[in-house]
Amino acid sequence: MATVTTTNDANFEADVLKSDTITLVDFWAPWCGPCRAVAPVLEEIATEHADKLRVVKLNTDENPQVTGKLGITSIPTLHVYMGGEIVKTIIGARPKPVLLRELQPFLG
Amino acid sequence: MTSDVRNVIIIGSGPAGWTAAIYAARANLEPLVFEGSVTAGGALMNTTEVENFPGFRDGIMGPDLMDNMRAQAERFGAQIITDDVSSVSLEGDVKTVIDGSGTEYSAHSIILAMGSAYRELGLPDEKRLSGHGVSWCATCDGFFFRDQDIAVVGGGDSAVEEATFLTKFARSVTIIHRRDELRASAVMAERALANEKITFAWNSAVDAIHGAEKVSGVTLRDTVTGETRELPVTGLFVAIGHDPRNELIKGVVELDSEGYVVTEGRSSRTNVPGVFACGDLVDHTYRQAITAAGSGCAAALDAQHFLAH
Repeated sequence: MATVTTTNDANFEADVLKSDTITLVDFWAPWCGPCRAVAPVLEEIATEHADKLRVVKLNTDENPQVTGKLGITSIPTLHVYMGGEIVKTIIGARPKPVLLRELQPFLG
Repeated sequence: MTSDVRNVIIIGSGPAGWTAAIYAARANLEPLVFEGSVTAGGALMNTTEVENFPGFRDGIMGPDLMDNMRAQAERFGAQIITDDVSSVSLEGDVKTVIDGSGTEYSAHSIILAMGSAYRELGLPDEKRLSGHGVSWCATCDGFFFRDQDIAVVGGGDSAVEEATFLTKFARSVTIIHRRDELRASAVMAERALANEKITFAWNSAVDAIHGAEKVSGVTLRDTVTGETRELPVTGLFVAIGHDPRNELIKGVVELDSEGYVVTEGRSSRTNVPGVFACGDLVDHTYRQAITAAGSGCAAALDAQHFLAH
């Protein structure tokens, strides 16, 4: 199984809201340069912290319902979900050490 | 092989960094380039069509131009690390660089090409509404403002390019500019002035950004009369310029009052022997891809000369 999986409008509830594990959702689109830049960093984090955190990607182009409902207007946006609630929002691409620092409460 | 002392380490991967890398590699200096993790490619990665870079008569997309430069540097043997530099030690004959994962590298010379970072308005609600209508990346976020009324702050090439790009999505784009004429190049200014989706708020500064959950409007202040008025917009793209990214070298390399690296005469030499600077980091005035590339070339030649003596 790939470490980073994808979700969509139809499966968002099952994949993210009802997930038992802490889930980081990466809202991205193919034409977004910073999204492409941060993607490998997220893959590394997903691999290195697979026991604590799942990373799922949602293509904002193809999934307007979730994107619109959450009011996403900048990508990349990263939402961390715990028990169906957003507990952390990170907007914009960040270097790995910065992301790890921001995510520390969920990785410890 | 972290104990090897290299000839030259280049920090940054915009036009200045890659041009320095191409020249240094062709001089057999085997440069090591830190291209950055999420900022690799520099400012041009967030632009669309670059129409003024010589040699591309039909224009080229910013990210494609940067990919080409990177590939060209690699072809001549530049070694590339896709990570950020977290600290540097520049004094002494052997300089060291520590990357984001804590690995140390050393070299006899360093070329600084960290470029610039976008400037913020400095308003209290700017951070809070960032990602909720306030944006610095039209190419990333324009799509989310389909059929909406939005605004771009700034009057330079970046602002005008972004405004023009945003008309592909938005219902209307207001360019908010402090002065009564654009600073942008004539071609781009004329294109914007002729675009019926673009209107101008001349002599205007953003005094406040409004919105509870997301941007609902801004207060504009007339820079001549001081009068204020409300402009209802759901998106605000900030393109008011850039500041040099000097965090790594503050207190070590001489900077001027605005934070740009001071270089000696027409050279790229800083006050620290063996340390050279180029691109937006040194450039108050021009800040173009081609001038950055030119100064990157100069930095590589200066470093080559330094290493030979």
